Amino acid sequence: MKNTLKQVFHSGKFVVGFVIFSLIVLTVIIFPLIIKTDPLGIISQGSTQGSFLPPGIYVNVYDSIGVAPYTLMLDDAATKRIASKLSPDDRIAIKEWLVKAGIPENQIDTTDTKSLLDLWERNYDPKKQIPGMTFAKTRFYQRLNTSVQGVLSTEGVILATKNAQTGALEQTGTVKQTDYVNASEVPNVRLLLLGTDNFGRDVTAELVSATGTSLLIGIVAGLIATTIGLVLGLAAGYIGGVVDDVVMFFTNLLTVIPTIVILILISYSIGQEKRGPVVIAVVIGFTAWVWTARAVRAQVFSLRNRDHVSLSKLSGHPVWLIIFTDILPYIASYVIMALILQISTAILYEASLSILGLGPKTTVTATLGLMMNWAFFYMAPSLGKWWAYMPVIVVIALVSFSLNLMNTGLDQVYNPALRE
Amino acid sequence: MKGYARYFSKKLVWFGITFLAAFLLNFFLPRMMPGDPVAAIVARMAQGQSNATGVQAIYEQYTELFGTNKPMLTQFFIYLKNVIHGDFGFSFSQYPRTVASVLKSSLWWTVILQFPAIIIGFLIGNVLGVLAAYLRGWYDRALMPLSIFASGFPAFGMATVLLVIFGITLNWLPTSGGYGFDMIPSLSWAFFWSVIVHYMLPFLSIVLIAIGGWAIGMRSMSIYELNSDYVKYSRFMGIKDSKIIQYVFRNAMLPQVTGLALAIGTMVGGALVAEIIFSYPGLGTTLLSAIRGQDYPMISAVTLIITMMVLIATFALEILYGFIDPRIKATQSD
Repeated sequence: MKNTLKQVFHSGKFVVGFVIFSLIVLTVIIFPLIIKTDPLGIISQGSTQGSFLPPGIYVNVYDSIGVAPYTLMLDDAATKRIASKLSPDDRIAIKEWLVKAGIPENQIDTTDTKSLLDLWERNYDPKKQIPGMTFAKTRFYQRLNTSVQGVLSTEGVILATKNAQTGALEQTGTVKQTDYVNASEVPNVRLLLLGTDNFGRDVTAELVSATGTSLLIGIVAGLIATTIGLVLGLAAGYIGGVVDDVVMFFTNLLTVIPTIVILILISYSIGQEKRGPVVIAVVIGFTAWVWTARAVRAQVFSLRNRDHVSLSKLSGHPVWLIIFTDILPYIASYVIMALILQISTAILYEASLSILGLGPKTTVTATLGLMMNWAFFYMAPSLGKWWAYMPVIVVIALVSFSLNLMNTGLDQVYNPALRE
Repeated sequence: MKGYARYFSKKLVWFGITFLAAFLLNFFLPRMMPGDPVAAIVARMAQGQSNATGVQAIYEQYTELFGTNKPMLTQFFIYLKNVIHGDFGFSFSQYPRTVASVLKSSLWWTVILQFPAIIIGFLIGNVLGVLAAYLRGWYDRALMPLSIFASGFPAFGMATVLLVIFGITLNWLPTSGGYGFDMIPSLSWAFFWSVIVHYMLPFLSIVLIAIGGWAIGMRSMSIYELNSDYVKYSRFMGIKDSKIIQYVFRNAMLPQVTGLALAIGTMVGGALVAEIIFSYPGLGTTLLSAIRGQDYPMISAVTLIITMMVLIATFALEILYGFIDPRIKATQSD
């Protein structure tokens, strides 16, 4: 046993897969211990931004005004500020006006904010009549100029509060352009590493919780499938005869009838109300045992007439003892490999079912498949909200990749011909 | 010829039995759940349906179609009779269209998409696998992890990645549908071109996934073959490596064809979900809209058709296998 483990951990593929998988499992276990918020709590309200808030650090504006500011003199602060406020459309509009006012086009660079504004400052004259320009357009440029001037101003912003008695605004302070707050002093700062999803939930927390649920589904389904497959395979292979015929009949049937079809029919028939993660796991487990049964049977068949088994039989050992001591140890490696594959397939089946809208009940838990389903239902890809679905795909791929890698590693340990 | 005849007739009998079992599953699975299926169906549907005449017509039609008041066995034969006539009833969500008319078009989209994709993925994967076994070295070391990654990657994941890269970010290819939304299906070049352009991404996503799994399997098979006596003997004889590779490829392909016959169901299932990502007008998308619309007859019909497609494909592969591997015939004639 010890020797086998040593051999297994010498396989590079197995170790890499094992490390990735362990890291994922550790994250799933440790993350909720540190961050104790409800992973499915809705934190962002749909405003003009919609609910898909992009990833980033969210600093409370109200609180940051209350925190004592520091003064930092940074050279590029003004340029950055203006650059972020001048939209691409404004830049094109400015260029258009300048070209019409007779500035050579090759001198205007809309990406260089500083030179563009210099040109605008020097040349723009609100009274200037440009032939062919509509009155609305002239007014547009006047407004644009006002806003450019506002952006260029170096004065601060006055803070005012409403007097409770008179209702008049009273100045309570100013915010200068050189004021900075230290984010660690602001009481309310939230890091949304992966933004929020369509419901306004923190994708990071949701993803960790969903990964946990999906792994649970995978493990429960994998264990069920492997147990059924092992028992049926042993029965068919060892007892043979009618038992073998019956088991093989069902195995052959279920190999050809697509598993997804059976899953769809059962999940739909169970109905939305009763579909929890565990139910889905059990359903997947009860449909995915076919391959294990087939392979175990084939292995037992070849073991059944080996000398050590015959010896055991002659010694009058009971059947269960023969199976446990003379057969199981020989197929143990295979069964473990099958279990690993079953876990990975079960996670993918859950995801496929959820994308079809037949996954676990939607409001109580998140699974990786459900997150994909929601992201697609709310059209995250075409809206460019990559954080709602890309991390999910990455996690699914990593889980499945690590499990497959472990499996290939084991395969190479037990089938020396495949080694490099 | 006797051997072949026995082999084929045996396979045909199996095909019949499997089909019957699939049909039984399709009929009985939903009915094993407690409650009156038609009442449950209509109750679910009535939540979202405003067309009262439609609800009434559907209810009557389904009591007729399923004959829920009759004994189970009679119900089964009524259903069987209707299905043989291609009568799957009205669609709940697209009333007054019948299920058959909806499925008639989506079936072909799926066949045209999946059949070539699965075959081409299978062939490319096998060629890459045999090369990995033969060349070893850096090629093998690069291909193996990539293949493991691709084979474990979900089809919908690959579809999404391709959609985002080529469809949305680069804007090279259209992201949804089977043809331009401004077109009417016709036999014109413009329509044909539109279909091809829309075909690329779903096709690629299925092919790329398939390549990985077959490459891994083929690599293992070819390694066994390369260590076998006939290869060593051929090398002693001084036969060229390119010729030996052909022998190895042929022999290693045989178990792979059986593998394809066994895996085709899983592959079709994965590809159906990939279709959804691209809103490809095939069975996958139809199934999704049926599930969203609580359209029970549609779900039942789609699953039956998918099963049938897979069964036919498996049967065809087994027949093909009998022709390419003469040993099959030999074992049958014993």
